[in-house]
Amino acid sequence: MTRVSTAARDGGYTFAYLDEQTKRMVRRAILKAVAIPGYQVPFASREMPLPFGWGTGGIQVTASIIGRDDTLKVIDQGADDTVNAVSIRAFFARTAGVPTTTRTQDATIIQTRHRIPETPLRAGQILVYQVPIPEPLRWLEPREAETRRMHALQEYGVMHVRLYEDIARYGHIATSYDYPVRVNGRYLMRPSPIPKFDNPKMDRSPALQLFGAGREKRIYAVPPHTGVRSLDFDDHPFEVQKWDQACALCGSTASFLDEIVTDNQGGRMFVCSDTDHCETRVRAGHVESAAGGRDPGGP
Amino acid sequence: MYVAVKGGERAIEASHRLLEAERRGDPAVPELSTRQVSEQLPRAVDRVMAEGSLYDRELAALAIRQAAGDLVEAIFLLRAYRTTLPRLGNSEPVDTARMLVRRRISATFKDVPGGQILGPTPDYTHRLLDFRLADVSATDPAQRDDTVQRDRLPPREEPMPRVMDLLGREGLVEEETTAADEGQPPADITREPLRFPAGRDARLQVLARGDEGFLLALGYASQRGFSNTHPFAGEIRYGVVAVSIVPEELGFAIDIGEIELTEVQMVNQFAGSDTAPPQFTRGYGLVFGHQERKAMSMALVDRSLRGRELGEAADSPTEDEEFVLYHSDNVEASGFVQHLKLPHYVDFQSELELLRRLRSEFDPPSAQAAE
Repeated sequence: MTRVSTAARDGGYTFAYLDEQTKRMVRRAILKAVAIPGYQVPFASREMPLPFGWGTGGIQVTASIIGRDDTLKVIDQGADDTVNAVSIRAFFARTAGVPTTTRTQDATIIQTRHRIPETPLRAGQILVYQVPIPEPLRWLEPREAETRRMHALQEYGVMHVRLYEDIARYGHIATSYDYPVRVNGRYLMRPSPIPKFDNPKMDRSPALQLFGAGREKRIYAVPPHTGVRSLDFDDHPFEVQKWDQACALCGSTASFLDEIVTDNQGGRMFVCSDTDHCETRVRAGHVESAAGGRDPGGP
Repeated sequence: MYVAVKGGERAIEASHRLLEAERRGDPAVPELSTRQVSEQLPRAVDRVMAEGSLYDRELAALAIRQAAGDLVEAIFLLRAYRTTLPRLGNSEPVDTARMLVRRRISATFKDVPGGQILGPTPDYTHRLLDFRLADVSATDPAQRDDTVQRDRLPPREEPMPRVMDLLGREGLVEEETTAADEGQPPADITREPLRFPAGRDARLQVLARGDEGFLLALGYASQRGFSNTHPFAGEIRYGVVAVSIVPEELGFAIDIGEIELTEVQMVNQFAGSDTAPPQFTRGYGLVFGHQERKAMSMALVDRSLRGRELGEAADSPTEDEEFVLYHSDNVEASGFVQHLKLPHYVDFQSELELLRRLRSEFDPPSAQAAE
């Protein structure tokens, strides 16, 4: 894939698909979300030509903020070439005609599902998350009327109890992704299903982080340089995943690794989930380590 | 050497070509026209228009063809198209008492003013496969019974009063108040996100575009005791109503077209409370096209959702408005259920890492050594 691709816009639709009234409505919700970090702002989410649950919230946010000068990157699971990332990128190439890129540092808007890029984001970039379930308390309390009240009263004890129960049962907190955070010391927020490995990247990031949940009709935000703290206890501090292996392609020991099953005998290898990060490292001369990061059982 | 999963773009293009070939079927068989679908599968078209929230028979028929007969997918196509349409104005409320009625029955009175009109209904057919239909020539125009003309409606001087209005005169049925009566514009669930508790206007809008199968199951559950509604079918009517708007520059109403509707009024027992006398209460259903199963289900669920307002126990899922309203939209439900097809490598990897750690702590050291 080329680093930056340009496409001709399909003139049959408004720029970025949504009509200007709708974009204005979404932008108002975004402004409110930025003003109240971590607060879930209800918005009149539209039916998009992609299914609910497949990134419609992120797509509506991106469609409302994107301009002709923007360069868009879309990732799913950290990769630019997973099918849904390809589909969403093609949607914007077609309806907005903006340049698209796979390189994190070249993008002004990065729409993501389930990952934050390994390359640190800089001021001026916007990270748009696709969010399936925005409510961090949802699996503890199914009713929206009740969870809104709990947020209003900062009644977050149930979440601490849940984490404590993990410690009592397993000896440590057994949440590995979508790990709850407290934003700016106020709102409990669901970071979308990113691995907890990515949580520290949210804290005081110079980039603007916007979260869109289309089916649930909510938008929330973390403005630049805002504190984002993963919940923990003094005697059980927050920690992220670690791997015994390095990336089999670029040798990275500091990135989130995907496990790839390579044969029917259970052989497997570990490679970076962030494809741009991995390719950049390979181009820079980092190569597969001698160990290859492979399990002894591998080929 | 492992090659990162590339080629998503080409795979998608190839998938689209296969999908189109599957939709078209055997090219030796003539292709269905949109008009054939809209004329000969009218109930499918009705459902797609109702749940797609857009009254347009041709577009609904096109969506059904494009979706290869998958109605939920066709509904989704129509909804996505609907997003692109500008909102030019709001119609006046339709008056179903002035409906040109094709069918109208009441299960509560043997006869009613205006009469019982059976109209087109499969209710009293014997569900025997009609093998004559298998032979298309048997249904060609030459064989058709020309004495039946579908669109010939009895001209009607007088409006046909609704059965519930007759009961209303006696004060035996609750008064119906609308948002307009209280000086409020009606809710619009397509322009404002749902909030809870939702008003009855918002609830009815959600139910009107809600999934027929889901509402049917909920309505059925309410009859079997998961609710407390004890309904009678006060009236079911199906026919054509005029839609009118009041353009600002004219200041009076003009008809802009007509639509087919099915309306159901359920009569439900109500024991009364401290403030209200014993009386009948209402459950209301209104759906595009001829869809009695859907309209009746909607009326049952509408009444169930009023349990709390009427001081009933309201402890079953059918009476829980967040449960019903959040889960009745099949475009939302279908998308979210099927999003599980999308890659979840990262979350799964996180869970795998966690589970391996938990197992290494759980399994006795001897078992680990044996591995």
